Amino acid sequence: MSDATECLLRLHDEQHALEDYQSGVPRWCSGCGDNAILAAVQRLCRDEDLRPEKTVFVSGIGCSSRFPHYMKTYGLHTIHGRALPIAEGIRLTRPDLAVFVNTGDGDCCSIGAAHWIHAIRYNMNLTVMLHDNQIYGLTKKQASPTSPVGTRSNTTPRGSWLEALQPLQVTLGVQNVSFVAQAVDWIPEVLYDILRAAHRHRGCSFVRILQRCPEWLPKLFEPFVRDPQRVCLLHHERGLAISPELAKIYRNQREHDPRDLVAARAVAAMQDPIPVGILYHDPDVPCYEDLRRPVQGHTPERVRTGLEAEFDKFTIWPQGASAAVVPDTE
Amino acid sequence: MNDAVTIPLERPAGAREPIVLTEHIVEIISDSGEGAQRCGQALGAIAARMGNGVWTVEIIPAEIRPPARSTAGASGNRIRLGAGPVTNGGGETDLAVAFNEQVLLGRVSAGELKPGCIILLESMWREDRDPDIAADYVQVHDQLVAAGYDVREIPMERECHKLVSDPRRGKNMFALGMLCRIYSLSVPLAREQIARAFGKKDKKVVTQNVALLEAGFDWAESNLDIRFRIPAAPVTEPHMVINGNTALALGILASGMEVCAMYPITPATSASHYLSDVFEKVGGMVHQAEDEIAACAFAFGASYAGKCAVTITSGPGYSLKQEGIGLAVMGEIPLVVVNVQRGGPSTGQPTKVEQGDLLAAMFGSHGDAPKVVLAPSTIEECFYSIITARKLAETFRMVVVVLSDAALATSQQPIPRPQFDEAWLAPPADQNPVAAGALPYDWDPTTGLSQRFIPGQPGGMYTLTGLAHDRASHVAYDPASNQDSIRARSLKLATLAKTLRPPPVYGDAEGDLLIVGWGSTRGAIEEAIDGLRAEGHRVASLHLFFLQPMQPGLKAIMQRFRRVMTVEGNWSDRPDDPMIDADNRRYSALAMLLRARTLIDVDCWSEVKGQPIKPGSIRLAALDKLRGAPGENR
Repeated sequence: MSDATECLLRLHDEQHALEDYQSGVPRWCSGCGDNAILAAVQRLCRDEDLRPEKTVFVSGIGCSSRFPHYMKTYGLHTIHGRALPIAEGIRLTRPDLAVFVNTGDGDCCSIGAAHWIHAIRYNMNLTVMLHDNQIYGLTKKQASPTSPVGTRSNTTPRGSWLEALQPLQVTLGVQNVSFVAQAVDWIPEVLYDILRAAHRHRGCSFVRILQRCPEWLPKLFEPFVRDPQRVCLLHHERGLAISPELAKIYRNQREHDPRDLVAARAVAAMQDPIPVGILYHDPDVPCYEDLRRPVQGHTPERVRTGLEAEFDKFTIWPQGASAAVVPDTE
Repeated sequence: MNDAVTIPLERPAGAREPIVLTEHIVEIISDSGEGAQRCGQALGAIAARMGNGVWTVEIIPAEIRPPARSTAGASGNRIRLGAGPVTNGGGETDLAVAFNEQVLLGRVSAGELKPGCIILLESMWREDRDPDIAADYVQVHDQLVAAGYDVREIPMERECHKLVSDPRRGKNMFALGMLCRIYSLSVPLAREQIARAFGKKDKKVVTQNVALLEAGFDWAESNLDIRFRIPAAPVTEPHMVINGNTALALGILASGMEVCAMYPITPATSASHYLSDVFEKVGGMVHQAEDEIAACAFAFGASYAGKCAVTITSGPGYSLKQEGIGLAVMGEIPLVVVNVQRGGPSTGQPTKVEQGDLLAAMFGSHGDAPKVVLAPSTIEECFYSIITARKLAETFRMVVVVLSDAALATSQQPIPRPQFDEAWLAPPADQNPVAAGALPYDWDPTTGLSQRFIPGQPGGMYTLTGLAHDRASHVAYDPASNQDSIRARSLKLATLAKTLRPPPVYGDAEGDLLIVGWGSTRGAIEEAIDGLRAEGHRVASLHLFFLQPMQPGLKAIMQRFRRVMTVEGNWSDRPDDPMIDADNRRYSALAMLLRARTLIDVDCWSEVKGQPIKPGSIRLAALDKLRGAPGENR
């Protein structure tokens, strides 16, 4: 068999279909925005031809964090708030894998908030999806940090007291931020485009996805879903292009240069209309794994040599066998 | 103030010939930053190079810069020198060098100085311009003399001033010179040691320090009638002088692990300092995470991805890692967790030793979370235990906790130089396709073991979950799945135990008392056993490296002794405390475990003074036990 044939055959083998990424029947409620995110991600994996064995989805705890169970890739459904540092450990040791993180507003912005901030600063090559439905779902309706002030929930029966935390603004305030976007589950085309751009960005891509929870806050996004004018699509030659079909429905558009951090922060502050698109993208921010992954590969020979050199520093040799004086090992 | 009876040392005035000793304990103490640490380390290294047994213990104040001349601020090093091997810090100090009288007073109050101890005291304070300081000095000096200490006032500052403009930065080498003369140590070796210690710096620095060393030597020769010699056996095999934390770090290198994730915490951090300096040279890296939880999670992620990783911490950090450890137990991801124990609870005593985390190590996290727990008991074991831990973690898909402590972390001892063995290292991560139909948790019904799938392996795709799961890693809440999976994870401990041998007994094979210990107390316990046997008692000790699972045959060994007690550095109620009775007494951690496992009436003796337990204290506790406690019916 010629090399070319073999290559073609392999190419054929590696063409994946949607089914290659689908696992089980999602147990999310009907109408839950997580279904739309799952569909977009499976499409992305197929279109980008990600090899399932080289792809890992990492999640924490919550409705959104069931995500890896529905992907026929490697997956990690971990503990509350810790998906990011776990994904970082994978990323550092395995540059050959595509690593995605699915996290919710409680998972990321509350119990895992420390990791969120530091993940942005590390800027490791991860695609992070914040499934933000602005409520705790799995534990049955408690206010989350992103719940709008006044949200009635089981822990805030007379309405939540605090202004909602704004994940986009927080993220854009962290050093080394390199990719920030906002999507909504009810515009799947833009959700897909954003996730593709996020996946292709080398660095920590942070995508906040406003996601409907039909069970606990069914009316939260209704006015925005019904009125396209209350969504503002961001477009730019360095960002997303808006298809003509979409442009007919969503006339509220704004040209926004994703390289402009100050403008991105202004866009992030918009609440109504909801900005949808890429707010910020800087492809040149260094990745922690590139800074930290040792230049020298880890080989038995290198360990032996390195270890012997370290042993030498501390060794007392028998009289007459004394090694050369070595520098301080303090 | 120590007002114990004075035991005068026999020391003919003006003697030329040194008195021959089998061992001596020396300490050098100063304010922080005056170099007493370095002086002590150098003394230990020189003696070790001459072939003496050496054990050095750091004396560390809790603060970085405690107030100068304060009783709580003593910083320095204590060195036990012996004619034969030395396995622990021993008892009280025989000779102390102090750069001011206040730090010395702190040590005296703590009962760390032997009655009649020789004190070489910096005398500059007598003429201090501040009359209060001068008065304090005179008062303490006179008290010490009255209490029977052999105080020698030495104008170290004045003598050093002849050579350097700032004696604060050289007095330690002058002191080293005096000690070389007093202990008949080789001056060429001392010069070489200074060259090592300052080798990275300017040649002038080395020359100046050598001059100070020689000045100290000469001054002692002309002015002091104190001379000792501790016979040394020449070194025939290469040895390394390292402390426990350096040994841990070298063990991490040697284990083939590539990632150490940590967050700064005392006393674990010095291992990471050293590792940060050297790990990259062999292709590894230290990740300083944003917190302890993230450090554990990062190591977990690296392990999951195929490179077994280590996270290293001390008590409070160990508490924070519990949920991550539970996930590793549930997901059966190999993970090495090192806990360099310190005093607790809460922030406790960060720089001081305690063995308080044994039960937390075994039973921490929530639910049934079986993990392997190992406790190195020597500097050498600190090195090898990490290699063992990595292998066990990968073979059994388990979390392996290594319990060191502050005493091992900071004590230095010569250990045989290890011979590199490629078998120490981890094999490369398996990236072969997984057989069709193979399951990620295909638990062997007998051993509980299963093959682990690593990302990148075609056909092995599964979702690891912290939820109850079946063999396919599918979430499973049905009664049988939960029962079976918990059984499988637990069985692995029994499987490992089946591969272990009974621990060796130190001392008599049978007799009146068996002392059982774990961790850093080994040297002190065995020294106490030696002493008791020399006095005619039939006693022995047992030191447990495996705390979970325990080695087999413990009960059979214990049954050969009339009484069994543990000696530990964690809390136990004293039976003679008025509120304590047989119903409410709290036992030490290991005693509790051994009582449950063997149904033998294991007693315990413990203390939590933040200091390594002394052989003398163990001897007294053992004698009490040998006499039999009142009302005891055994």
